[in-house]
Amino acid sequence: MSKKILIVDDEPNIVMSLEYAFKKKDFQVFIARDGTEALEIARAELPHVILLDIMMPKMDGYETLKQIRKNEELKRTKVIFISAKSKPADVEKGLGLGADSYVTKPFSIKKVITDVEKMIA
Amino acid sequence: MSNYVLILIIVAYLAFLFFLAYWAERKHSGKLVNNPYVYVLSLAVYCTAWTYYGSVGIASRSGISFLTIYLGPVIALPLWIVLMRKIIRISKQHKISSIADFISLRYGNNRPLGALVTLTCLLAIIPYIALQLKAVSETFALVSSENGYAATGILDDSTFYIALLIAVFVAFFGTRSTDASQGKRGIMATVALESVLKLFFFLVIGIFVVYFLFDGTSDIHQKASAMESFKQLSSFGGLENGFNWMFTILLSFFAIFLLPRQFHVAVVENHNVNHLKKAIWMFPLYLLLFNIFVIFIAWAGNLRLPETVNHDYYSLLLPLQTGNTTLALLVFMGGFSAVISMIVVSTLALSTMVSNNVIIPYGFIKKLVEGNPEENAKSIKGIRRIAILLLITVAYFFYVQFSTQLSLYSIGLISFVVIAQLAPSFFLGLFWRRGTAKAAKMGIGIGILIVVYTLLLPIIVNVVTPASDFLEEGLLGQSWLKPSQLFGLEYLTPESNAFLWSVSFNTLSFVGLSLWAKGNYRERNYAEMFVHHENYENLQEGAFVWKGEAYVADIRRLLNRFLGEQRTQRALSLFNKKYNISEKEEKADSRLINFSEKLLTGSIGSASAKILLASVSKEKPISLVEVLHILEESKETKANNRLLMEKSEELSQMATKLQSANEELRQQDRLKDEFLDTVAHELKTPITSIKAASEVLEDENMPIALRQQFLENIGKDTDRLAKLIHNILDLEKLSSNRTELNIQTRNINGTIKRAVNGIEQIATKKGIQVEFRESEYLGGRYDEDRILQVLTNLLSNSLKFTEGKNGKVKIVLEEKKKEIAIAVEDNGRGIPQEDHNYIFEKFYQSKNQNTKKPQGSGFGLAICKSIVESHNGTIWADRKFKKGARLVFTIPKAK
Repeated sequence: MSKKILIVDDEPNIVMSLEYAFKKKDFQVFIARDGTEALEIARAELPHVILLDIMMPKMDGYETLKQIRKNEELKRTKVIFISAKSKPADVEKGLGLGADSYVTKPFSIKKVITDVEKMIA
Repeated sequence: MSNYVLILIIVAYLAFLFFLAYWAERKHSGKLVNNPYVYVLSLAVYCTAWTYYGSVGIASRSGISFLTIYLGPVIALPLWIVLMRKIIRISKQHKISSIADFISLRYGNNRPLGALVTLTCLLAIIPYIALQLKAVSETFALVSSENGYAATGILDDSTFYIALLIAVFVAFFGTRSTDASQGKRGIMATVALESVLKLFFFLVIGIFVVYFLFDGTSDIHQKASAMESFKQLSSFGGLENGFNWMFTILLSFFAIFLLPRQFHVAVVENHNVNHLKKAIWMFPLYLLLFNIFVIFIAWAGNLRLPETVNHDYYSLLLPLQTGNTTLALLVFMGGFSAVISMIVVSTLALSTMVSNNVIIPYGFIKKLVEGNPEENAKSIKGIRRIAILLLITVAYFFYVQFSTQLSLYSIGLISFVVIAQLAPSFFLGLFWRRGTAKAAKMGIGIGILIVVYTLLLPIIVNVVTPASDFLEEGLLGQSWLKPSQLFGLEYLTPESNAFLWSVSFNTLSFVGLSLWAKGNYRERNYAEMFVHHENYENLQEGAFVWKGEAYVADIRRLLNRFLGEQRTQRALSLFNKKYNISEKEEKADSRLINFSEKLLTGSIGSASAKILLASVSKEKPISLVEVLHILEESKETKANNRLLMEKSEELSQMATKLQSANEELRQQDRLKDEFLDTVAHELKTPITSIKAASEVLEDENMPIALRQQFLENIGKDTDRLAKLIHNILDLEKLSSNRTELNIQTRNINGTIKRAVNGIEQIATKKGIQVEFRESEYLGGRYDEDRILQVLTNLLSNSLKFTEGKNGKVKIVLEEKKKEIAIAVEDNGRGIPQEDHNYIFEKFYQSKNQNTKKPQGSGFGLAICKSIVESHNGTIWADRKFKKGARLVFTIPKAK
């Protein structure tokens, strides 16, 4: 069974590249453009991994993660922040909220894929 | 009543006073004595036997002129309060213990002047004390059954023993502490009680006479008006009498300040300047009560008693006549109380003056310097006690020798005239800096000589050679030198005559001599400190100008002699602490000299204190310039202090301002950081996109169409990156005012049309209708390229957020007084309410860190805001506009 991944970002061009790359690796890819949409899809699909941007319209990544962790079924879902916020304080905050990893933009798609695969192996 | 019973009663009464004084002295809390009522009651020591008996005598002979002696103080009281405040402050500041100290210190601590003032007081007060003894003796005789009993020798005379008892009382309670500037609680308590008693008994006899002997006041008035002398007794008399009234009022005005006993109770015994406030109404009230029955008793006596009796004693004789011995005894006790309080306070004040201003500085000082503290305290007390005994003895002999010929009233007036000689140097010295010691001595001397010639000489001549024609014809037969009518002024009473000439010549010589020769530095120094005392209250020791050399050790040794080692040590460490002086300091400065002088002044008087300090220090003369300089300096220091205070106030205000400015800067700094963060984020997004796309493009198996799409994305993101960089630079330039505006007068219609033309293509493509109704020529002053940028930006935003088909964008022009308002409206999705405040803010994201702004309103509106504001216009989003978005900005109108 292929793994489910949810990509959350409001930048369509970035999402498009990620989607292509993960599909190539046999992931079942879901896409959300903001936090609220992400929560809905996550609850419905229970993905194995969520790639989560922080700065988004409506609900930011931090809040989204909090909501995700509140859900019993999503507690063990791996969440990776993908953000342009690169200050150590931002990284700390993200990990502190319970993210499994923090990747700063611009990132290398290959590295993200390796990380994700390691995480769910 | 027998002689012995009466003596027994007197002794019992004195014993009671002893007990009261002792008790009050023991009460350390001092509440009982240190209150305004006791203060006012002690002021009533003014009312002596003269008041108690003499007023009635005067009223019976010459009518209401007895009132003058009380009118003076009553009229003067408001002024008295004001002056007293100053006098008390000065006295406390300098530890002054008598009027002699006060006057001599004012004129540079002048020793001979202090002695002269003391002698003047003696001259005035000894007869006055004699007068009190006379009153006691005569009333004693009246009340005791042996009427007409005459003493044949001193040892037979009960008055002598009474005088002795009083002397012992004063000697015991008046000299308990060597520091004469300390209050005498015990004595003041008895004085207050006596003031109550004498008033009470006098009111009792008044009521007895008016309501028991007669049928009320109108009854007496009616009966008295039938007497032939009545008219003269109840009128003021003519002009001459007017002068006499005026002089007597003035005389009593001076007396209330200058009588040693008044100075003592009002100044030395004052513990709180605020007690004066009570005095302003209570003291006149006391005097009023005391005088209320005088005239009626006088009339009653005139009606009921034979002309031959002594009119002064009507208040005793009236009850005696009706056989009411008990009442007579009460009246006697009231009079006795008046006598005791007067003698006690007067001898207390005089003995301090005699010991501090005459005996110690002129004889005992050497002995004191060599003695040890206990011996010195003993010697000082001994000297005071001897002075007290001596004073009362002298007064007694004066009474035996002279008083048979004089009434209470005339002795009282003579002593007022004598004491009035201190008035010019005392009052002028308070306000006029120029007065000098020499002038004060000269004035007082001349005044006294005139009083002696015009008042005392006639009395003495009368006693010694009653037949002399000198009194009638004047000296050497010159009628203008006739003592009682000097310079031929005929209508004045002898006392008014003496007062007028003595005080006039006194004042003239004082003022004249002061103007003619300036005083030395000491006199000027103290003059300044007295006249402008309020300037020096805070820098007491500092205000004293002294130049010379002295050693702390010498001064300490000197103080030890008088205060004992413990008190000296305590005083000096307090002094050092106050002025922040090291305990090891060897040389004494002017402050220590002055401080020590003040410490010693309380014990031995200012004159002696000065001599003592001079013996351990080498004083150098100091020039007028230096004195003034130092005084100026101390004043300047105060002024400087005030200036410094103001400056520091300003500084702290400035600091607050700086702090808030700093805070603002820090805020700006933080905003800048956040801006950079935002910029970085904005730049990273397309870069990420480009990088990601290029990575997936490595896949050779990617379908062509998708590959094409990715390549296109890379192109768009690159454009976006370039535009972002351009905008950021533009915004930076605008907000740091580095862009030069090319402002010209232009028709706004033309500019808007150009903007509309620029976006028309995109609008048509989206199917959005752009509407602009041109107005007539409307000139604005602006940089056309920049305003075009604003318009384009606003229009693009509108196009971006407006859907096609029914989409409509409209530009509305409005001409205002000084500006042109341009609104860009659309019927798109509008601006969320919560974003209204932030859409123009380039730092918007700092307010809402992690949520993105609506797409497209990145830096565009921030740039618009900067451009509009650099034209002195404003830009805002219209909140009331609900159909879509409505953004308005203004630009200045051309004149």
